[in-house]
Amino acid sequence: MSVHIKYRIGKSTAFKSIVIFFASVSILPLIAILFYIIREGVTKINWHFLTHVPKPVGEPGGGISNALLGSMMIVAIASVIAVPVGILCGIYLSEHKTGRLAYWSRLAVDILQGIPSIVIGIVVYFWLVKPLGGFSAFSGSIALAIMMLPILVRSTEETLKMLPQSLKEAALALGMPYHRVMLKVILPCGIGGILSGVMLSIARIAGETAPLLFTAFGNPFLETNIFKPMQSLPLLIFNYATSPYEDWHDLAWGASLVLLLWVLLLNVITKLTTRKWNIQL
Amino acid sequence: MGANTDNGTITSKTGMARLLNIKTPDILKAKRIKRSHRHIRSEHFFRQLLIIMALLILVIVAGIALTLSVESVPSMKAMGISFLWGKMWNPVADIYGAYPFLLGTLLTSFLALIISIPFSFSIAIFLGEYYSKGWLSTLLKNTVELIAAVPSVIYGFWGLYVLVPIVRAFELKLGITPYGIGIFSASLILSIMVIPYAASMGREMIRMVPPPLKEGAYSLGATRYEVIRSIILPYTKSGMFAGILLSLGRALGETMAVTMIIGNTSLVPKNIFSPGNTMASVIANEFTEADKTVYLSALIELGLLLFLVTVVINMLGKRIIKRFTNE
Repeated sequence: MSVHIKYRIGKSTAFKSIVIFFASVSILPLIAILFYIIREGVTKINWHFLTHVPKPVGEPGGGISNALLGSMMIVAIASVIAVPVGILCGIYLSEHKTGRLAYWSRLAVDILQGIPSIVIGIVVYFWLVKPLGGFSAFSGSIALAIMMLPILVRSTEETLKMLPQSLKEAALALGMPYHRVMLKVILPCGIGGILSGVMLSIARIAGETAPLLFTAFGNPFLETNIFKPMQSLPLLIFNYATSPYEDWHDLAWGASLVLLLWVLLLNVITKLTTRKWNIQL
Repeated sequence: MGANTDNGTITSKTGMARLLNIKTPDILKAKRIKRSHRHIRSEHFFRQLLIIMALLILVIVAGIALTLSVESVPSMKAMGISFLWGKMWNPVADIYGAYPFLLGTLLTSFLALIISIPFSFSIAIFLGEYYSKGWLSTLLKNTVELIAAVPSVIYGFWGLYVLVPIVRAFELKLGITPYGIGIFSASLILSIMVIPYAASMGREMIRMVPPPLKEGAYSLGATRYEVIRSIILPYTKSGMFAGILLSLGRALGETMAVTMIIGNTSLVPKNIFSPGNTMASVIANEFTEADKTVYLSALIELGLLLFLVTVVINMLGKRIIKRFTNE
């Protein structure tokens, strides 16, 4: 073999090793984060931690029940609002591939996907917090619902586009009215893909902090009224992690682990259950 | 319409009536008409509902742009265009210049991009070319996707207690003021967070390279590296660029992790190791404290700037991808 060919092969091998090196190094931070959060968080989590509100600085114990409940309520309300809107809009877009409204709507979804979450927080502050006269969990839910929409619309549209056209035609030929064709035939056929979109969007917003800063605001006490300020897990982590108190850091580590498990679990479940729906989001 | 909305059971009943030569009772006829009317009505309602929902998204986005513009008018009036390059941000004296935050945002985002590009491209090439199938590629692909799933506040928390001390030790060695927190630390965290975006985009693009092109190069005796450099990279150039743009859009708007690590000072950063502030982090820090109209409005103007920049960058990226996938 000539020197030149050896040189070229060597170069190729060297490049391959560089690629493999960089690719494997890039997953180290994730492993480090998982490892660190689990190590710090796992000792803090127990039944008491999950069912009690935080204690003032200096008193041992205390938990994150207010944040856990608040997070669940805010996310649940956001989903209840966003899921119907997102799915119906997705149906519209999958039914109207061309047309002026579809074009602008699609553009709006694209824009919405790129808007920084803090900007949505500002806007919802002026839409709801100011008119209602105070911070509230409800306004936080609206902010998160707006953030869910692009994922929901996209996943619904892409899923329904993948279904054969003959399905709809067959149902219409049987004399079914349009809304029943859509709701009883087309939607159930694509339910896997749509559900994966719903879960992904929930996973995406469950850890969002920025839009809640000016809307749900946070609350050191247990609150169930959705028109009052409410604590949520990301807000608690942010406030306590940046505080100077060791006790509060401990609470924040535990809360981080709970939040991380919640978000990663949703992602993994989505992956496992919806492997056959190959949707690009 | 009428034929479409006929109910199956009624048709069979009337059919049976005709078969048995019995006149269809008027009451049945009336019921049938009523039912088709109801179906037509709900069909109309459903179609209108779909249109309303599509409009709603449009209204939300237009409303966001409008609200931001209207609310930043007081600041525009007070500061004018010099808002963009004013070096002083002093709420007490009512002087607002966005330059320190613009600089902070650009520095963190571009540093993060530069750090992340070798990694995201390596992942893209690894998954798209070297190991496009098998458990190893599935594992790496899922792991990279999980990087995008971790909430940004957790990145910030981890960065504050793990990354910042490391950076501080590094700065001590270099002999500069060991803040630890600052633009460099924020860029490091950001670079981890944006890896998945460019990586998954790059992988998709590499997969779309037509196999005959690659096979042709191999048959001419090209090595793997030569195929990647002279076939895959030129072919996927615009797609890779779009992936970088999407990463950039993400980095510009990222708030929480940056807020926790960047140090939050309104002074113009001296170098990449000094503390600073980005547009997003200054909004997060000062929005609820802003007690003056112009102060609040200046923060919203920052939000408007952020909105416009990210929209342009995202649109550009999406347009490139669309053109690439249609070809």
